[in-house]
Amino acid sequence: MNSRVGYIAFNTFREAVRDRVLYNLIAFALLLSGAAILVGEISIDIERLVVVNLGLTAVSLFGVIIAIFIGIGLVSKEIEKRTLYTVLSRPVRRWEFVVGKFFGLTGTLVVNTVCMALGVFLALLYVSHKFEKMDQWVLVALYFIVLQFFIVCALALFFSSFSTPLMSAVFTFALFVIGSLAEDLRGFARITHGLGGWLATGIAYLVPNFSALNVISQVAHGDPVAGRLILYNTAYALLYSAMAISGAVLIFQRRNLK
Amino acid sequence: MESENWKPNFTIRFNSTQTPSKELGSSRIIMAAIEILDLEKSYLVGFWRKRPKLALRPLRLTVEEGEVFGFLGPNGAGKTTTLKLLMGLVFPTAGTARILGKELDDPAVKSQIGFLPEQPYFYDHLTARELLNYYGQLSGVPAKGRAARVEQMLERVGLSGSASVQLRKFSKGMLQRVGLAQAILHDPKLVFLDEPMSGLDPMGRREVRDLIQQLRSEGKTVFFSTHILSDAEALCDRVAVIHQGELRGVGAVADLTSGTQGKIEIIFYAAKVPAGLTALGAVARISGDMVNAVLPEEQQDAALELLRRERLKLISLAPVRNSLEEYYIQRLQPTDVEKEDEEDEARNEENRKGVGV
Ligand SMILES: Nc1ncnc2c1ncn2[C@@H]1O[C@H](COP(=O)(O)OP(=O)(O)OP(=O)(O)O)[C@@H](O)[C@H]1O
Ligand SMILES: [Mg+2]
Repeated sequence: MNSRVGYIAFNTFREAVRDRVLYNLIAFALLLSGAAILVGEISIDIERLVVVNLGLTAVSLFGVIIAIFIGIGLVSKEIEKRTLYTVLSRPVRRWEFVVGKFFGLTGTLVVNTVCMALGVFLALLYVSHKFEKMDQWVLVALYFIVLQFFIVCALALFFSSFSTPLMSAVFTFALFVIGSLAEDLRGFARITHGLGGWLATGIAYLVPNFSALNVISQVAHGDPVAGRLILYNTAYALLYSAMAISGAVLIFQRRNLK
Repeated sequence: MESENWKPNFTIRFNSTQTPSKELGSSRIIMAAIEILDLEKSYLVGFWRKRPKLALRPLRLTVEEGEVFGFLGPNGAGKTTTLKLLMGLVFPTAGTARILGKELDDPAVKSQIGFLPEQPYFYDHLTARELLNYYGQLSGVPAKGRAARVEQMLERVGLSGSASVQLRKFSKGMLQRVGLAQAILHDPKLVFLDEPMSGLDPMGRREVRDLIQQLRSEGKTVFFSTHILSDAEALCDRVAVIHQGELRGVGAVADLTSGTQGKIEIIFYAAKVPAGLTALGAVARISGDMVNAVLPEEQQDAALELLRRERLKLISLAPVRNSLEEYYIQRLQPTDVEKEDEEDEARNEENRKGVGV
């Protein structure tokens, strides 16, 4: 990685930490330990299912919210506050800035997710007193969640490169919701004909396929994840984020700063 | 005279650590530091129907290397717009510019220039020291010696005492000082300052003046915009005056202020203006127990004779020198074409109103 991209990413990470973004971990920890204690008291044999389902869903939602709310401001806030003036008057290319910001935020989310993952495994240990072989698939599910964050960050960055922060948040969140239903949409597209069919197919394949990246209930039941899916999802997420980032760079490169 | 001509224009010093070719490059070939070639910028304004608004008319200007150049103009003249165009922060509607002989989008240019924006704002989660270190990294200041350089800059702008305070707790003038430090941090050849004195206390202004002098003595080129004409007069080799996006004049400060206006100013003790003085073509005014009169140079002897006759005590007599202020104000007068434009505009306005009613 280009060293300037690294410096920018690190500064972005430092900013997030100092702005107390990681404090969300406290809320997460409270939620998870509360749930673990509760299911430990009342249920029989579904403790693991509940902890994995609830834990991973919380990891995903917390992260997506952070990704959207920081993502939309990554570049636009710097334009607004004019902190960019003294950065771009240095030997920093505009694409380096955008890419650095992206890695700063995804880096923050990775650190955040690692902490949360530790929490999930602690809760698992608490309710079932031991780790099982099938717990490795929880790791895969967490990896997929991180891939989702990459796409969400890239989309937030892309939308904020040409629209207001509020609209960017709305667009990104809408795409996250629609994308989570992508598999259903594709099914719908297959059985619809005519113009509607074409439209449904177009949308189904354009929106990010978050449903393929969501294996939470599968691993909660202890089912394995196919190696092929891991490979496919990795390539898909990287390609999709790269395209969104490229779009953001293309727009930002032509932009007059306020 | 003839025999001088064949001499080479440079000397090669063998005891110098510099290579001869570098000596040649740095001291003899004078290159334009900034070449602005018909740079033009219009902004689209208006909410529904976007209309272009000309912020900068085609501007042509050259700044030589080693020069301290002042960019003067009233509010909204287009000074900041010009600087933002040169920094590549906004893109020109037409025209180009070259900095140190290179195109603006050449990344090699950026490591050789420093920029202080107007009312600078920085990452407020960082301390002054962290910010300078970060900017040093981005500018490619080698890791070895970077920390020392940062301390040196903090010292130079008088912020050593607040180096570990987060920038969100800085006052306006302190931010301005950080801005100056980051502009010269990487030892650039060419420094752009947008109103460097604004927001500073009297001591701070003086320090900035000293800083600019020092940069000049180090052979740097300084291009700065300002509203403070006395600063420009004291510091600049040349100035340009810009008004409503249009270049109104460029000149060497020494030339602009060297000439006299063919008038003298005499000050003497008197309760009222002596009757004979007005006859000599003097414009006089009384201030306290003194009279201050400006009159044509050729009447000097006659005026002194008059004072002697009336037994009035002379305090001073001096030629009226041109000041930058006069040049500036004269340059801001509307040109004939503009007057016509304004009249047209006013007429159109009338017509529109007429239709509306
Ligand atoms: N982003 C923008 N959108 C529309 N108009 C703009 C924009 N930026 C500047 N202008 C216009 O361009 C003109 C020049 O502005 P500029 O900021 O260059 O003036 P200035 O000489 O720096 O003034 P000051 O001394 O007040 O700093 C002004 O009329 C301003 O309204
Ligand atoms: Mg300005």
